[in-house]
Order: sequence, then C-alpha cells, then structure tokens
Amino acid sequence: MNSWAIIKAISKRELGGYFTSPVAYVFLVIFLLLTGFFTFTVGNFFERGEASLVSFFTWHPWLYLFLVPAAGMRLWSEERRIGTLELLLTMPVTTWQAIVGKFLASWIFLLLALALTFPVWITVNWLGSPDNGIIITGYVGSALLAGAYLAISCMTSAMTRNQVISFIVSVMICLFLILAGFTPVTDLLVRWANPVVVQTIASFSVMTHFEAFQRGVIDVRDVIFFVSLIGFALFTTGVVIRGHRAG
Amino acid sequence: MIKVENLVKTFGAKRAVDDISFNIERGEVLGFLGPNGAGKSTTMRIITGYYPPTAGRVTVGGFDIVENPIEAKRLMGYLPENAPGYADMTVHGFLSFAAEIRGLYGDARKKAVHKAVETCSLEGVLYQTIDTLSKGFKHRTCLAQSIVHDPDILVLDEPTDGLDPNQKHEARSLIKRMGEKKAIIFSTHILEEVEQACTRVIIIDRGKIVANGTPQELKSRSKEGRLDDVFRSITLPDTVLA
Repeated sequence: MNSWAIIKAISKRELGGYFTSPVAYVFLVIFLLLTGFFTFTVGNFFERGEASLVSFFTWHPWLYLFLVPAAGMRLWSEERRIGTLELLLTMPVTTWQAIVGKFLASWIFLLLALALTFPVWITVNWLGSPDNGIIITGYVGSALLAGAYLAISCMTSAMTRNQVISFIVSVMICLFLILAGFTPVTDLLVRWANPVVVQTIASFSVMTHFEAFQRGVIDVRDVIFFVSLIGFALFTTGVVIRGHRAG
Repeated sequence: MIKVENLVKTFGAKRAVDDISFNIERGEVLGFLGPNGAGKSTTMRIITGYYPPTAGRVTVGGFDIVENPIEAKRLMGYLPENAPGYADMTVHGFLSFAAEIRGLYGDARKKAVHKAVETCSLEGVLYQTIDTLSKGFKHRTCLAQSIVHDPDILVLDEPTDGLDPNQKHEARSLIKRMGEKKAIIFSTHILEEVEQACTRVIIIDRGKIVANGTPQELKSRSKEGRLDDVFRSITLPDTVLA
C-alpha cells in the first residue's frame, strides 16, 4: 500500500467533510461576497480605469487573514476533541500521511473558492484587454499565500482542542507575517531602526513575496519562501502531534 | 500474537503503567479488568501504537510497535474508548473510509463493508450520519470499523459500554465467536462479561498486574466462588486509600 493511496483516502474524507456540513457553503458564499465587495466597492475597480485585477488581489492577504484560519481551525482540534485522532493514528497511517492528507484537502477547498472568483477575470477581459499573464501569476501568488496561512492554521489547530483559540492564534501569526512587510509599518520602522534590519524583518513577511506575483513576476525565491513556510508549519504540526502522544 | 514485555508508561510523575508483561495467542480472548484509572486504556493505546511506551517493548505479530508501526497496525483492529467516529459522515461512508485506509478497494471493499455491517447489525442506519446515532449504534459502528479488514488481532476498549442488555449479550457472543480464530484483548468493568466471553483474565490495578489466570482459577480464590469478591479483595484497599 503506497503512501499516496493513504493520503488520497484521508484527503477525500476531509474534503467530503467540508461539503457534508454547511461549512463549505457558508465559507464559499462569504468569500465570494467579500472579494466582490472589496474589488468593486472598496477597491474602486471601475474608477481606476485600467484593465487589471490589482484591486482584486490587493485585498487577498487581508481577506485570507480571517477566512483561511476559519477554514483550517477545525482540522486537528476537532479530531482531538471528538477522539477520532486516536482512531486515525492507530490505523496503518503515519503522522506525515495524515498531516499532508488533511492539509491538501483544505488547500484544494481554498483553491476551489479562489477558482470561483473567475467572473472577476471574465469581467476584466470583457471590459478591456488586461495582461492575462499578470493575472495568472497573481492567482499563483494568491494560491501560495492561502497555502501558507493554511499551514499555519494547521499548526495552531494541532496545539489545542479549542477551535476559538486555534483561530485567534493563527490570525495573530498571519497578521504578524503581513505587518512585518506592510509598507505603512516598514515606513514607520525605518525611523527607529537600521534599514537593513527593517529589510530583514520585511523579508519574512508574506507581503514582500506576495507583491512580486502581482507584478507578474514568478521569482524562484518567492516560491521557495512560501513552500518553506508551508513545510516548516507542517513539520511543526507533526512535532506537536507527536508531543501529545508522548505525554 | 501480542507480546508485552516490561511495559512502563509515565505521564509526568505518574506511572500509569508500571512494568506490565503478558502474551496473547491466537484463539485467546483476554479480559482486561481493573478499577477506573488503573491503566487499562493506556496499555491498549500503547499496544495499538497511539502512545509510545516510556520503557519496555510491545510486539504485534512479530512486529515491534515502535520500530515497525505500520506493519503492526495492519494486523490490528482497534475500538477506542467512547467509540469515536466522524460526526458528519454516514455509517457507510465511515466504514468505506476505514476499509480504504486498510488497503481495500473496489469489490473487495464493498464485500468487507457489507460483512462488517452484517456482523454488527447496522443495516438500518447505513445512510444515517454518525452524529444522529444512538449510543448503541455509534458503538457498533466503531466496532464494525475495527473488524472491517478482518484482522487477526482485536483490541477493544470497553466494547459493551453504553449498550443495552440485549446488545451487550450480542456483543459478548460476537467477541466469543471471533475469539476462536483471532487474538482478542478487551477491557471492561463488568465481571460477568469476563466469565462469559474470556478464556483468560488479567486484573490490573494502579498500573500493575495483580492477577492473571483463567476465570475459573480466579473464582476459586474466593470462598463463594464469585469473581467480584476476588476483584474487590484485590483492588479495594487501593480504592479506599485513593
């Protein structure tokens, strides 16, 4: 029995879990309403007079800040609370397979939500002629950003049985990852600290790496940043889960 | 099939399991008795590979549970305490998932699920979600999950908890029947259960084995030949002290 078959079985179950409860539908509707609201009303999509999705993607780090932890908070805390974690980990499954399987399922769910924003892309193509290459890299960046936040939510979810605590802690960590490279904050920091220090802190921020994708650039370093952030958070998840079992 | 050697598990300063050793062979049904908090569930969690032991060794079908956990876990079916299940899944979906994780696909999976459903009499609730089930059905669903791959070894933590007297009777005869071909270890508080279903009994108290023998041997220790007198005389002093 190979690893992928197990990961697939776990992912399938997890993804099914979103759709058999109202969670998926509430999440999708709110996500789409909010992206629409921010893009067209707050982001002045029409007044900008340019054929681009800048006003769409700009809001993603802030939207995800609340929505991704909401989608990820139950991943492990729920399993621990109702006791199915014991069931799952006494089946012939490694901790890794369980972590990857559950993470992939939630990521696929978030990607589905992202894919359902396609009317925005159609609109901008219908009204003008945007650079679709930039839009594609924008989507790639957004997908990676969602994955990074989700991995952090996985980690905080493994730490507690309480979903509220899991949610708040992961929002805080994600907020830090935004603010460390958010221009108003870095501008403020430069007044007190050495610019090199500020830049180093900013390089840990998701904003710095996310913005490059919005300019149409897929830089290997940015991809590596997100992938290693995901890897680190999932690795920590594994350590936390093993820690619970060791007692 | 299961070999437990000098098993120790500590949680902080507390020794939950304190130097336990025993074996279970095919064809044996081992009843695991003891007061609450004696270390029954902890021992079972170590055997099934959920908790790593602090010291000692557990081998399942020749595989060390720490060194070859996947091979060892394949041979076992496990019913955890309180019979957990994914609340939003249907009974059928849940059993199919368990079968898939156990490496069963297509027709083999359908047959395995069908057989487990039949054995545990779940036909009537097959497409109900687990959170809508009564305690008895929830328990039987989790039991069905543990036997879906027809394992050689069964570890059942309080398999009759929450069942009504008829269901208890059925569960006991099922365990007895399966015990002819498998190695089974199950924990319980109910002494009459041990007499009816077990070929051997281990009484554990505060992490240590205080009695190990056939139900008849243990009964003969009491003047009236009653198992609960034996149980009380062995475990009561500690309960009073605690």
